[in-house]
Amino acid sequence: MTITLQYTNVTVNNVDEAIAFYRDGLGLDVRNDVANGEFRWVTLGSPDQTGTEIVISEPHAGRSQADGDALQELLLKGQLPMLVFRTDDLDATFEQVRATGAEVLQEPVVQPWGPRDCAFRDPSGNMVRINQSS
Amino acid sequence: MDPQDIANFTHLRRARDLIDREYAQPLDVPTMAKHALMSPAHFSRLFRAAYGETPYSYLMTRRIERAMTLLRSGATVTDACIAVGSTSLGSFSSRFTELVGMTPSEYRAAEHTAILAMPTCVAQARTRPERMMLPRREAEQD
Repeated sequence: MTITLQYTNVTVNNVDEAIAFYRDGLGLDVRNDVANGEFRWVTLGSPDQTGTEIVISEPHAGRSQADGDALQELLLKGQLPMLVFRTDDLDATFEQVRATGAEVLQEPVVQPWGPRDCAFRDPSGNMVRINQSS
Repeated sequence: MDPQDIANFTHLRRARDLIDREYAQPLDVPTMAKHALMSPAHFSRLFRAAYGETPYSYLMTRRIERAMTLLRSGATVTDACIAVGSTSLGSFSSRFTELVGMTPSEYRAAEHTAILAMPTCVAQARTRPERMMLPRREAEQD
């Protein structure tokens, strides 16, 4: 028996802005972008990790107005859990993401606890950290 | 949420990111407010509503949290105080004691095995001093 991560969900305020960040900045492929009325199914994944995708959705998708409002506030305040990526060339990845105009939280540095990493906000406020693979 | 609310939360987040990043610099509220594109009074009110403490209080809490990390790794109290941007050892120590419940020296000497076993980012979030535990001080600020 094997088990691997298939989908992880990322809440964003604007799906199109998010696609630009994750596709053009981080270099992920858009695997699915399908719409059916108000409903839109968007997934992206790394060309180097074919079995794993992030699913992008808006705060109010499938939620009550009140729950969507609460989630949206946490998102915009930067209070949702971070997403961590790994790259074999941190400096090149950093420059590629920065070129999209993304908010830089931290330039590449060697952290006291070991890894070399950098951090951005995605256009909605999610923290995205990127580690240099060793 | 209307576009103005979205813009306000976004500006507040950017100001908080500035504090998180530049905590060791001499940051004052007008500078933070300028970063959030708001007047200082409006900024302070909205920041407190969003994050539960005033911008200045958030900065001090951030400094104490960073100082705790330095003390756990063996820095002297004086070095930790200077490294986080506090200019007075006396007020640093009294604020530290108020927030953490022990003096910086006591904290430095205390047992930290569990925290050292956590990923650093988790330790940072979980060891952040909790200002909600201090009703007296909150009441004074109202």
